[in-house]
Amino acid sequence: MNRILTATVVLFLLALAGCAATPTAEQPGAAVEDRGKPVGPPGVVAAKPKPDTGAKPLVEKPLGAAALRDPGNILSRRSVYFDFDSNLVKDEFRPLVTAHARYLQQNPGAKMRIEGHADERGSREYNIALGQRRSEAVKQMMQLLGARPDQVEPVSFGEEKPKAAGHDEASWAENRRGDIVYQGE
Amino acid sequence: MIKEFVGATSGKFPGRPHRLLRAVAFLISLAALPAAHAALTIEIVGTGATQLPIAVVPFRAEAGLAQPVTPVIASDLARSGLFRMVDSGGLNPPPYEPQDLNYSNWRARGADAVVIGSVAPLSDGRYDVRFRLMDVARQVQLAGFAYTANASQLRLTAHRIADVIYEMLTSGKGVFSTRIAYIVKKGKRYELQVADADGYGAQTVRWSDEPIISPSWSPDGTRLAYVSLEQKKPVVYVQSLMTGQYQAVANYWGSNSAPTWSPDGRTLAVVLSKDGGSQIYFINTDGKGQPRRMTFSSAIDTEPNFSPDGELMLFTSDRGGSPQIYGMPAAGGDPRRLTFEGSYNVTPRFSPDGKSFTFIQRNGGRFNVAVQDMTTRQVQVLTDGAIDESPSFAPNGRMILYATEVRGRGVLSAVSSDGRVKQRLTEDAGDVREPAWGPFPK
Repeated sequence: MNRILTATVVLFLLALAGCAATPTAEQPGAAVEDRGKPVGPPGVVAAKPKPDTGAKPLVEKPLGAAALRDPGNILSRRSVYFDFDSNLVKDEFRPLVTAHARYLQQNPGAKMRIEGHADERGSREYNIALGQRRSEAVKQMMQLLGARPDQVEPVSFGEEKPKAAGHDEASWAENRRGDIVYQGE
Repeated sequence: MIKEFVGATSGKFPGRPHRLLRAVAFLISLAALPAAHAALTIEIVGTGATQLPIAVVPFRAEAGLAQPVTPVIASDLARSGLFRMVDSGGLNPPPYEPQDLNYSNWRARGADAVVIGSVAPLSDGRYDVRFRLMDVARQVQLAGFAYTANASQLRLTAHRIADVIYEMLTSGKGVFSTRIAYIVKKGKRYELQVADADGYGAQTVRWSDEPIISPSWSPDGTRLAYVSLEQKKPVVYVQSLMTGQYQAVANYWGSNSAPTWSPDGRTLAVVLSKDGGSQIYFINTDGKGQPRRMTFSSAIDTEPNFSPDGELMLFTSDRGGSPQIYGMPAAGGDPRRLTFEGSYNVTPRFSPDGKSFTFIQRNGGRFNVAVQDMTTRQVQVLTDGAIDESPSFAPNGRMILYATEVRGRGVLSAVSSDGRVKQRLTEDAGDVREPAWGPFPK
């Protein structure tokens, strides 16, 4: 029963991922995953592939750790950005989350931390909690997509490790994110 | 090392023995810390509603000391905003004993009180420091104490003298010999430092290349709990200031943060995400045993803080849609919302008398220190910085220490709880944040 439910959710999310495929300048590499053939977990039929657009189809065999570092692979993308005061994983990041969830599923020994971040405004401890909420949102999506709960540890750095040092909306937006870091990296 | 300090401070005049015992314990705890060469500089803005005019006459034989005593006493008293320094110069010879005092002269100078005293080297290399606080109008001695201190304890002795004067002449206890903890960021390095309340004598007790936040004093002032990200996630540590030893006390799956001590020193309230979400748990201060979950929401519950009697716990929660301050029985029970003005109220910390709490309130994009009365719920905003954070009461309840930013750099400030007097403490070398005012030395 659970399996069927999971499969249904996976199909739904994969379909969403396919639909949301509008590569933008800020999302280099998105085209690979979005246009390629989405692959579901074993035993699950993936959403209908789109017509071939010339993009390289994803391989069916499990991806090795090298894929995590391959700049041409979506798995090398590690950051999910959030809107102000929000922990909603936006559509544009679903392909990225989906790819990592699939990697975890194909590599049962792989583990990761999701490091949640918040912008500098407000209390440091409250921002730890906001970052935690973001990392847990990413984790939850990965679990729905087939990752085991113990493969994904959601943690938070709050406002303590900003990627952008500025004090303006552009910097704040850069700092509201979840970063995926695999064990051993 | 402990032996060295036993009896280092002794009372020879009639007075308060418990004070002296506390001083000894305090000295012992200071002695174990490694030295750091950092100093906070203090700038004072504003004055108290009434200022008591006082003259502090340079003590006999202090001129040759590496650390003269009376400048420290005078600067402590002036910094409180409650005293006005009356010129004590131009007297030849200066008064050192009560019989030397010409009271009409001090009345003419406008002094209500005069501090006199002496420093005398002892044969073992230490010093005998004694002072008397004299009432000019009544021509009587209000207080007199003698201390034995080695050269490195002369500053502390001066702070203790200032505490006695403050206590005799105002209705509160002095906090000049208390300590503060804070974090300094120097480049990529984070240092947890402890300094005297006037910013001197800063010692680095822990440093890391990863952020350290949320230092919290144990009620007896001998330990600090804090959060370090050195394990690439927030982990709560407790460190002894006597031995320098530290240990992780909350390192569960997910994030561990926001430690605060129960008033009896036996329990830490922390925020854990091990069961999903950020929720408040109680743990033992040595980290042993199972955490006891205290809040049960699907929202953020963080920044716990105990009332001085241990009966109540305040915390920040966004269960109502925006971060607000809630209170609940520390034994467990239903939380009650306490703040209603504005959409962002965080970081509650009780006053030492438990009658009010300080917190950070956002007003039109600015984050400021405010105080709310527990009974009337009346709110007073005390500061006007752009980003003020981490307020904590002095143990006498008279001042609130907080972090603010000046030209993009973190500095510490203190504001009197009536908002009239402000002090700014600037560190030369770095970005200072996350201050916490320590307790009275026990």
